[in-house]
Amino acid sequence: MAHACYTDAVSVTLSEAESRRLVAEHGVAVSPFVTGDSTSAILAAMNADESLYYPVVAKLCGRRIAHKSERGLVRLGINDQQSLRTHCDELLAAAEPADGDVKLLVTSMARGSRELIAGLHNDPQFGLLVMLGVGGVLAEAFGDVTFRLAPITETDAEEMIGDLSAQALLGEFRGEPALHRQALIDLLLALCEVGAAHREVVAVDLNPLILVDGRPLAVDALAEVTQ
Amino acid sequence: MTRDLTALFDPRGIIVTGVSSHPGKFGFVALHNLLTAGYRGEIFAVGREAGEVLGRPVFGTIDDIPEGAADLLFICTPAAVNEQLLRAAAAKGVRAAFVAAGGYREAGTYGAAAEQSLLATAEELGILLAGPNGQGVISTPSAMCAQIVAPHAPRGNLSLVSQSGNIASAWLNLSNHTGVGVARSVSAGNAAQLGVIDYLEWFADDPQTKVSLAYIETVQDGRAAFERLRAISTRKPIVVVKGGASAAGARAAASHTGALASNDAIFDGMCRQAGVIRAPDPEQAFETAATLATQPLPRGNRVVVVTSAGGWGVAAVDAMARTVLDPIPLPGNLEAAIDELLPPRWSRSNPIDTVGAETRDTIPRILELVAGHRQVDAVLLLGMGILSNTAAMMRRGQFYPDHGLERIVNFRERQDARYARAAAEVAARTGTPVLVATELADTSPETPGPATMRAAGMMCHASAGRAIRSLDQIVRHARWRSARGT
Repeated sequence: MAHACYTDAVSVTLSEAESRRLVAEHGVAVSPFVTGDSTSAILAAMNADESLYYPVVAKLCGRRIAHKSERGLVRLGINDQQSLRTHCDELLAAAEPADGDVKLLVTSMARGSRELIAGLHNDPQFGLLVMLGVGGVLAEAFGDVTFRLAPITETDAEEMIGDLSAQALLGEFRGEPALHRQALIDLLLALCEVGAAHREVVAVDLNPLILVDGRPLAVDALAEVTQ
Repeated sequence: MTRDLTALFDPRGIIVTGVSSHPGKFGFVALHNLLTAGYRGEIFAVGREAGEVLGRPVFGTIDDIPEGAADLLFICTPAAVNEQLLRAAAAKGVRAAFVAAGGYREAGTYGAAAEQSLLATAEELGILLAGPNGQGVISTPSAMCAQIVAPHAPRGNLSLVSQSGNIASAWLNLSNHTGVGVARSVSAGNAAQLGVIDYLEWFADDPQTKVSLAYIETVQDGRAAFERLRAISTRKPIVVVKGGASAAGARAAASHTGALASNDAIFDGMCRQAGVIRAPDPEQAFETAATLATQPLPRGNRVVVVTSAGGWGVAAVDAMARTVLDPIPLPGNLEAAIDELLPPRWSRSNPIDTVGAETRDTIPRILELVAGHRQVDAVLLLGMGILSNTAAMMRRGQFYPDHGLERIVNFRERQDARYARAAAEVAARTGTPVLVATELADTSPETPGPATMRAAGMMCHASAGRAIRSLDQIVRHARWRSARGT
């Protein structure tokens, strides 16, 4: 999906796989994943990659697929190879001609009950901004977010964490350890590096960012870049 | 690069244009206000009618004014003649102009062209241009009130700049009401040349200014504004109110991050990053700035409340719930020291409730002990005024001054004045802020407690909650500074 951005340049959203690679290259922690054009390619990649473990999530992704969940293109909680094969076949069959190039993406399911959101946004007045918020599908409803102008210092990142209203989420929570603050600070600094290294970046969403053993892990990524 | 605004705020002399004998005209009002405030330099009135206005000779043309006698031109004449006046004034050595006259950008396309032309002329002549369409400039060190409206302000160390004239007036009214004085005040008007941040940069260099207060509606170049505000904040605190903050960012965004990036959220983050104290409305902005201007910066967030009655103290602690402030348990050695001053029924905890058992010097002594304690970062004194409030009723009643009433009324009134003085003195001596709150600051400002605070130029808050809100903002700012070693 392309739309006009303020620079009059046209921007495109990268596929989830491309977005993940873009941010991971600068040190953002993303859940381990493999991609493939076919079910057999996915199964082979799964077997070759020891960082992946069941249960997994399978998604159909491509530059023109923006709303995967709404179209049923995200399959959660797949426990074994047999059902992964079935889901992958179904996802490929669900692709429509308008979707263009599509790929299967399989990633291990992250365990954690707390979801944050982090991102970048290029503002016409203030330039590149970095955001942290309470996230997941309810991010916009909560509106518990904070922005800074990129790049930020470690102190700025620490203060961003302090800005969130939902501080109770960041302590020990339902048997899960407290937020590992340094890990989140490092992730925000890494996001700024993505923006500094890639001037073409218009926006990045890491949503949700699941706290796994207190450490933030991006289980979805979306990057929008100018062409 | 900070522009030198000395010619605008501390001019050797002032030329006022558009002076006429009609007391409703801007030129008349500006001349009247300059004379009334007792401006230290020379004033030259220029107008079409020869003769005198307010006992001052009126010059028919700037050409007749001696060279080098004035630094500032205060313009109250219509747009059509003002560039010519700028040229004549420049020839006489004038270095700054405040254009109070309207008819510029605010008046449509034709006015916008006139403003461009005015700016080009000022830049060609090397004259500083404030306004146009601004209500004026105040500078108390020069006893200068060059304004086409009221009020003037008492002298102090708070400097303010506003993109809206009436918010500058509101702050000047609050300065008069609270007694917390002003060093400089300027209404930026259309800000053709000098913008809010230009003024703030000069205030940062100005030895008369301790704290700056600004009302901002539009930010031209956000990134540059951020860098400049951050540089100013590391030197002096800035309190800002953003007008139009509720307007949503009207942009289509594919990302959640973009959708969440409202103007308000971005401005808020920018302020936090730059160390700018952002207040939700002009009233709180004034109170926070006034507190900063008159109190030492707290070292931390540990607060002890001193009160002569229970409910006030409970409400104050409740008000700290959603703040960074910590109403600490009373340190043991402090409790022991206060035990020497009060009967056993006192609260023995924070809030320190003196249960009305205080004698002449009890409250000043407690303030000294609490503010001087190394585990206490700020003190809040409540209950001042309770004595003179009762005294006021006695003084007005039909039995005064008999039945021993005169003596007790005098004692009670002296006590409240004593508490107010003690709060100011203890804060100065210990370096720990001592905030004072009583509703009498609003309801009976003439009573001795608030009146003594006002005469001393100290902020007296109208409620514990309002004092807490100011203190919360100040403690957050102190944290910003200490995290950056400034």
